[in-house]
Amino acid sequence: MSGSLTSGSTTSGSTTSGSTTSGSTTSGSTTSGSTIIPGHGVAEATANCWSCGTMRAAQFCSSCGKVQPPVPVDYFTFFGFPRKLNLDTAALEKEFYALSRRLHPDLFAQANPEERAFSLEQSSMLNDAYRTLKDPIKRTQYLLRLEGIELEEQSKQATEKARATGELKKQVVPPDLLEEVFELNMHLEELKAQKKLGEDDPALLEEIGKAKLSLEEKYDALLNELKSEWARWDKTIDTGIEEDRRKILDKMLDVLNRRNYIRNLVRDVNEAMES
Amino acid sequence: MATDYIVGIDLGTTNSLVAYMQGDSPVVIPGDDGLNLVPSVVALDENNQVIVGNAARKYLIETPERAVYSVKRLMGRGSEDIQEELKLFPFKMADDLHEGEVLRIKIGDRTCTPPEISALVLRQLKRNAERFFGAPVTQAVITVPAYFNDAQRQATKDAGRIAGLNVLRLVNEPTAASLAYGLDKKQNGTIVVYDLGGGTFDISILKLHDGIFEVISTNGDTHLGGDDIDNLLIAIALDDIRGDRGIGFEDDVRRNGEAVARIRKAVIEAKIALSSQPTVKLDVDLPGGKKYQREISLEMFEQMIQPIIDRTVGPCKQALKDAGLKPEQIDEVVLVGGSTRIPKVRRLVQDLFGRVPHTDLNPDEVVALGAAVQANILGGGSEITQDMLLLDVTPLSLGIEVAGGVTDKIILRNSTVPASATQYYTTQVDGQTNVAIHVLQGERELARDCRSLARFDLKGVPPMVAGMPRIEVKFLIDANGILRVSAREQRSGQEAEIDVQPSYGLTDEQVENMLLESFDFAEEDFRQRQVIEARREADTILVALAKGKKNHAWLELTNDERRNVETLEKSLVEVKDGDDYHAIREAIDALNQATMRLAELMMDTAVSTALKGKAMDNTEIEEGPQAGHPVAKADFE
Repeated sequence: MSGSLTSGSTTSGSTTSGSTTSGSTTSGSTTSGSTIIPGHGVAEATANCWSCGTMRAAQFCSSCGKVQPPVPVDYFTFFGFPRKLNLDTAALEKEFYALSRRLHPDLFAQANPEERAFSLEQSSMLNDAYRTLKDPIKRTQYLLRLEGIELEEQSKQATEKARATGELKKQVVPPDLLEEVFELNMHLEELKAQKKLGEDDPALLEEIGKAKLSLEEKYDALLNELKSEWARWDKTIDTGIEEDRRKILDKMLDVLNRRNYIRNLVRDVNEAMES
Repeated sequence: MATDYIVGIDLGTTNSLVAYMQGDSPVVIPGDDGLNLVPSVVALDENNQVIVGNAARKYLIETPERAVYSVKRLMGRGSEDIQEELKLFPFKMADDLHEGEVLRIKIGDRTCTPPEISALVLRQLKRNAERFFGAPVTQAVITVPAYFNDAQRQATKDAGRIAGLNVLRLVNEPTAASLAYGLDKKQNGTIVVYDLGGGTFDISILKLHDGIFEVISTNGDTHLGGDDIDNLLIAIALDDIRGDRGIGFEDDVRRNGEAVARIRKAVIEAKIALSSQPTVKLDVDLPGGKKYQREISLEMFEQMIQPIIDRTVGPCKQALKDAGLKPEQIDEVVLVGGSTRIPKVRRLVQDLFGRVPHTDLNPDEVVALGAAVQANILGGGSEITQDMLLLDVTPLSLGIEVAGGVTDKIILRNSTVPASATQYYTTQVDGQTNVAIHVLQGERELARDCRSLARFDLKGVPPMVAGMPRIEVKFLIDANGILRVSAREQRSGQEAEIDVQPSYGLTDEQVENMLLESFDFAEEDFRQRQVIEARREADTILVALAKGKKNHAWLELTNDERRNVETLEKSLVEVKDGDDYHAIREAIDALNQATMRLAELMMDTAVSTALKGKAMDNTEIEEGPQAGHPVAKADFE
């Protein structure tokens, strides 16, 4: 029998593409799918080369230089970077270009099918990893997921529930925005009513425009807030002290959620003003 | 090695070309008519022989029902989404076409799928290259519009296979063009490629970095190009005709394939002329000895085409936005495609990006030249290409349908390819063993607004309680922009079986059947053609030798040399009418070798004759024994 599908406990959410590595491990029966056990990837990465049998690196054999089948390492490890969020994007780009020159399928067009397949998989992992790490938000989301925090879980469940019941999805308003959002929603209602009547109130539009500007400023400020958490996170990697980590991760999650909320709000305002 | 030629092919809507890398520069290989462009026209003559290219063009007018053009517009499309095309193009669908089936077009009394018709064009290009190299060509890089979706790419790849070509890579046309431009200007910067061809429009923004050509964003419209301008001009002409001579006469013209084809030819010529002159006169013979005459000024023309070329603005702006760039951050703009010869189009591009676009390479050839560069890279590269690497992107987001008919995007547009995403699925009912997955391509929220790529059935899921199975499905877009899917049930470790039903496309089996038919012919054809061409070459060299013997230079050879030449001449005469290609070839080469000194002596004679101020016997030089040395001969042309 063929049942309709459930996009079940997905790990690759709507925010990133290819956010899971190919051979991700299943950790028990929880919904988190792609948690990579620290150290696990490293053990795999030092397995033997398929071609000459000696030790290998993540992408190539360190002895004979042949491309290797991909191993389930996280994206930071793939690039040989520590799991830090303040990342040298120029170094990342340089490494991306250097690895592209060695892994891209164009270089294996005349190779045997096995090596062609390895190149295809390694190169797609390289591209997925680069895409994720070069973007500050995607990078943070990815780290949170690596650390066992399922970002979309809440929002995804809420979305699915809303779809099932046909109700509008309820958004939790961040407390510090309550007043502002309340006022903005009133203005937007007013705008809708006016548009129905074909009226035009420049003062109202100005109010909404101001509110939007303030939201956009807050949106930008949140990135800075996030970056200060990055610094705290990176410090724990250097010191090896783990106690604060959970707190920092939760704080980053909170910043990301607020940021998402504001982004959606701004989008709604734009739609209301355009329609 | 003779079998290692990899050619680059631009399979265009209007014209197609084949090119290869000759030393450090890509060159277009001409057809046997000496022309670089092979019109993408396929016709059947009165004996049902396939005619392709320039020779097929006359059939468009004489027997329009036996000729097809612009078939690229139909590649990878279903019968329901070509209704608009059918209004504008004289495609005739097969009568027994069922919904959901791959399109078949009537050509004479045969019906063919679009990939089969494209394969005939490809086969012609393959033959042109084989004639040029004197060796079989089996590997190619073929270009596609950057904005082609998975189905259109797959159809192009199928066409290559049907033509007997191993398609090493599909390369996006604007990216290929950038390779051709970047070859001699190794500089870093951000470039825009604006590609308006016969039937498709692409815009790509690339970052050049020490030989890496990294596409940052791409956008386009796979149904926008010069064809649309032609159709508009035809529509205006038909309106005029109705105005002049009434609706009854217009109806007659409209139904008369030959008359419409004549109008089409005339408006295309007018369009081209208007790129270099201020007015043009249309003068078309209509049925019943009537005529359609009209003068079009450049100003009128530009007004008429404004709405069409304005359609390129949206994609350009979106591509800039996706790249996160402002027009002033663009360093260079490159124009590609025949339609960019229109001055109005050039002005539009200049206004959009605030700089004068590059036009130093022929916009009709630049894509094929770039394909040849990529072919060279794939073949292992040469000194000039060794640092070059193309990093392209997928033009459209890839998604899957989830509950409520919503598209869940898993690989976003403008992701560098290869790219992958992994999704996990489970079952909804106890003991469920199949899971259906619907793969979509496009940017829209709802599944029904996106392009359906395929439906996959995961089969053989071990029966378990609902929600227990954990099926990992990996979606991978390869470097050609084509989707691959693999699946595994993780709890049992069982590989789930995938049953692919492409929504619009040929199954592997169908391709295989088409392939075998034409492949047999191709092999047979090739051997016959080889023999015929070798015989022709043998005749040329024998004639030239006969002339050479009358030349004074003949007497300057030693007795041994003369004897040797005559022995080899005799053996060539003996084998040349046989069917053994290799024997003929060897005899030609041996005789060529033996007459080398004679050729040199004759050259000296010719030069000294010329120096003495006497008329030089051109024919003697051109047809001299060195006819067998194409390189040496070229020096004197």
